[in-house]
Amino acid sequence: MSKNKSEYLIKRHDNQYEVVIGLEVHAQVSSQSKLFSTSATKFGAEPNTQVSLVDAAFPGMLPVINEYCVKQAIKTGIGLKAKINKRSVFDRKNYFYADLPQGYQISQFKDPIVGEGKVILDMPDGQKEVGIERLHLEQDAGKSIHDLDHKNTFVDLNRSGVALMEIVSKPDLRSPDEVNAYIKKLRSIMRYLGTCDGNMQEGSLRADVNVSVRKKGSKDFGTRCEIKNVNSIKFMQMAIEYEANRQVDLIEDGQTIDQETRLFDTKKNETRSMRSKEDAHDYRYFPDPDLLPLEVSDEFVKNIKSEIPELPDEKKKRFIEKFKLSPYEANILVSDIETSNYFENVIKKSDVKLATNWIIGELFAALNEKNLEITESPISAGNLSKLINLIKDGTISGKIAKTVFEQMMEGDKDPKKIVEEKGLKQESDPKALEALIDKVIDDNRDKATEYKSGKVKLFGFFVGQVMKVSGGKANPQLVNEILKKKL
Amino acid sequence: MSDITKQSLSELVENIKNKKISSSEVTKAFIERSEKSKELNAYITEDYSNALNKAKQFDEKPNLDLKLPGIPMAVKDLFCTKDIRTTAGSKILNNFVPTYESTVTQNIWNEGAILMGKLNCDEFAMGSSNETSFFGNVQNPIDKNLVPGGSSGGSSSAVAAQLTPITIGTDTGGSIRQPASFTGTVGLKPTYGSCSRYGIVAFASSLDQAGPMAQNVKDCALLQEVISSYDEKDSTSIDFKRNDYSKELTKDIKGKKIGIPKEYRVDGMPKEIEDLWKKGIEYAKDCGAEIIDISLPHTNYALPTYYIVAPAEASSNLARYDGVKYGFRAEGENLIDMYEKTRSEGFGAEVQRRIMIGTYVLSSGYYDAYYLKAQKVRKLIKNDFDDAYEKVDAILTPSTPSSAFKIGEKTNDPVSMYLNDIFTVPVNLAGLPGISIPAGHDAKGYPLGLQIIGKAFDEQNILNIAYAMEEKINFKNNITDWWIK
Repeated sequence: MSKNKSEYLIKRHDNQYEVVIGLEVHAQVSSQSKLFSTSATKFGAEPNTQVSLVDAAFPGMLPVINEYCVKQAIKTGIGLKAKINKRSVFDRKNYFYADLPQGYQISQFKDPIVGEGKVILDMPDGQKEVGIERLHLEQDAGKSIHDLDHKNTFVDLNRSGVALMEIVSKPDLRSPDEVNAYIKKLRSIMRYLGTCDGNMQEGSLRADVNVSVRKKGSKDFGTRCEIKNVNSIKFMQMAIEYEANRQVDLIEDGQTIDQETRLFDTKKNETRSMRSKEDAHDYRYFPDPDLLPLEVSDEFVKNIKSEIPELPDEKKKRFIEKFKLSPYEANILVSDIETSNYFENVIKKSDVKLATNWIIGELFAALNEKNLEITESPISAGNLSKLINLIKDGTISGKIAKTVFEQMMEGDKDPKKIVEEKGLKQESDPKALEALIDKVIDDNRDKATEYKSGKVKLFGFFVGQVMKVSGGKANPQLVNEILKKKL
Repeated sequence: MSDITKQSLSELVENIKNKKISSSEVTKAFIERSEKSKELNAYITEDYSNALNKAKQFDEKPNLDLKLPGIPMAVKDLFCTKDIRTTAGSKILNNFVPTYESTVTQNIWNEGAILMGKLNCDEFAMGSSNETSFFGNVQNPIDKNLVPGGSSGGSSSAVAAQLTPITIGTDTGGSIRQPASFTGTVGLKPTYGSCSRYGIVAFASSLDQAGPMAQNVKDCALLQEVISSYDEKDSTSIDFKRNDYSKELTKDIKGKKIGIPKEYRVDGMPKEIEDLWKKGIEYAKDCGAEIIDISLPHTNYALPTYYIVAPAEASSNLARYDGVKYGFRAEGENLIDMYEKTRSEGFGAEVQRRIMIGTYVLSSGYYDAYYLKAQKVRKLIKNDFDDAYEKVDAILTPSTPSSAFKIGEKTNDPVSMYLNDIFTVPVNLAGLPGISIPAGHDAKGYPLGLQIIGKAFDEQNILNIAYAMEEKINFKNNITDWWIK
């Protein structure tokens, strides 16, 4: 039943349509230098300051493969549980554009470096496996800047030749939510591996989205449209929603869908035709004669395998089994490597259950409010660990802890010092508490009488009064015990 | 010393080392002769004053341990030379001055040689007569209005006319060996991967190879020793043990097995060529070699294969000349218009023809029938040689199916022009070394060459065979200096 609840269908009259989505994700390889040259890859540099003669395609210049980028691609392939191809071939994809200095992009066409793999998504109604068709290495193009001058176009070649991994999924995705989960999971895996920083604002991760629709229950795929170069998850979801509805409307209207390449206009929230199948480029792919086929040894792949860290799926499993976390909690904590590192640092010296609640609850809320990443958290893992221990050993109550936490958010202060300086230590001395309680009962004689005559609801009132008088520091558990006796 | 330019490279090196002549004297002599020889049109760019300065500097502090001490030299204008215009014989690079040096020329300067200028060639090395150059025809010093061969036509003309003691060319389908044959000089196309392609304007990457052109085999061996090196900047460069070719040169080729491929007896081959080949076989026997008949069954397919593979690669390699970054640009209404005008005006007819052929054979729907099939045939051609080398150490063939032809004779008949490469092209397709040595004259008195093809990386062996045969042949070039008034 729950399965149907989350099924994404487009309804028109009596018809229900399923949406079929496949993604071609372009992920920039994290590397110091470009795929075939030694130029730097730093984001945000002055235009044309990171360009070598190779990147600008000067006569007689030749590409030389950057071994580190090959390692990164293989590493990512392993993270995607994919087949690593020991022999792959670089091809030339030929087309003319001002920001493509060579007049061709070096890519991998027939023989990619990574073959079939898979990614597991955690959806609200359970896990879903998305197939990976392939991953290949290719060069990025430069950037054409059309809006600096009304007549001329400017070209920045800093990005020209930067290594990209194109990760092609099978058409296994069925909803914008699944696309969201898929991109996030892919990003998470690559960040765990350190192979792509996944920064969508800087263009490190972008995707071409293939969308088709078919009547629910149909086994055949509909004609697909490819939406080019979408650079945020939100835009991908909006584009899919628009495009799927557009296609359904066409079908309902008795029209056919043209296979074409479309653009997503983020301002108008619509997709527009860019070129039809008939106008599709003939890229004249052929093996790049400047580069020999890329061959990697078993040893090479084995060495990379030995560098693979624990990945989100395995980490989640471990968190559930070892720390008894719920799948929900584990999912949140493993979603990115920094959060899971933070969590593991906190629980080194403190209670797992409390740590989980505090991180997922208070800490995330506070970070969210300040728009901070976990790596920018004002509270270090060590100090959060101390705070949790203060709660655990009864030094402070959970309520006081929130006050302490708020102060810690103002700067990474030691919670013990805050508790001492502000005198927030919990009162757990039974004698002192007895004196307090005696006074409260004395001050509220009439209520005490009512309680004794059966108005048991008034117990809460007394607890509240004791806490108030103690300035919130009274140990609530002891207060309960003593009050029960005294009343 | 009026006879300086008549000296071979080896003699010049010897004389400079013994301080009999200075680099300045040598450089001056070759510059003077070059200046008197403008009618040959061998140079595209001259760099004489720099050359004289460098010679002077060399003489002030001579390093006589170098292999080419203070030797002046002009090179084919396909090699990028730092701060010196490099045109590839094309209008599209008419104003291009590299900020970098090709590995091959750098190797030469590192051994003490001095650049005199850049030599004419077919545009982007596409041609067999030097007639496609934007900078005009080159005259063959053998006779007026005779082509010097191509694409390294400026190089062959300059070496034959002794405007430079030695030079380098590039050979994609015969562009060193054919012009050497047409001018009575020696030209070696090394094994693919022997000389770095870094900084050489690319024509067809899987075939291009730089090589030496000289007046004799010994000079050729010395220059090969200098230019051949493993280079990390070229991914197709091969790290193998390179000989000191000139030092290890020997005329003792007794017992070497030399193959004679029957498929090279092509239809319509002039009797003169057939006779030359027969003579060559006798010379080889005289040197103590054993002659063995062999078969290279796919020879017939070499030319069509070459004219698919080479244009395919060229169509892509030449895409970078688009008017955006450097070189010639024609103004246009928009980007596409600018591309079309730049490339229509910047490239000559032969280059445009090959770009179109290449674009066609790579197009979807034609790729399998042309490019892919050509790659398969290329493999078969290579297998032919591998099989032959089970039985022989080297292969002897004519270098070309004819002697040099007149300027303009084949301009309007590209196929007949392409047929000139029939004996040289298979060697490039198989990535093997091949050397052309002058071996006789035709009825008109024009030189004819013989080609010796070796196993991969076996340059030493074919140089040795060439060296031994050279002595027996005792070829003399008839050059009358007709162009000097």
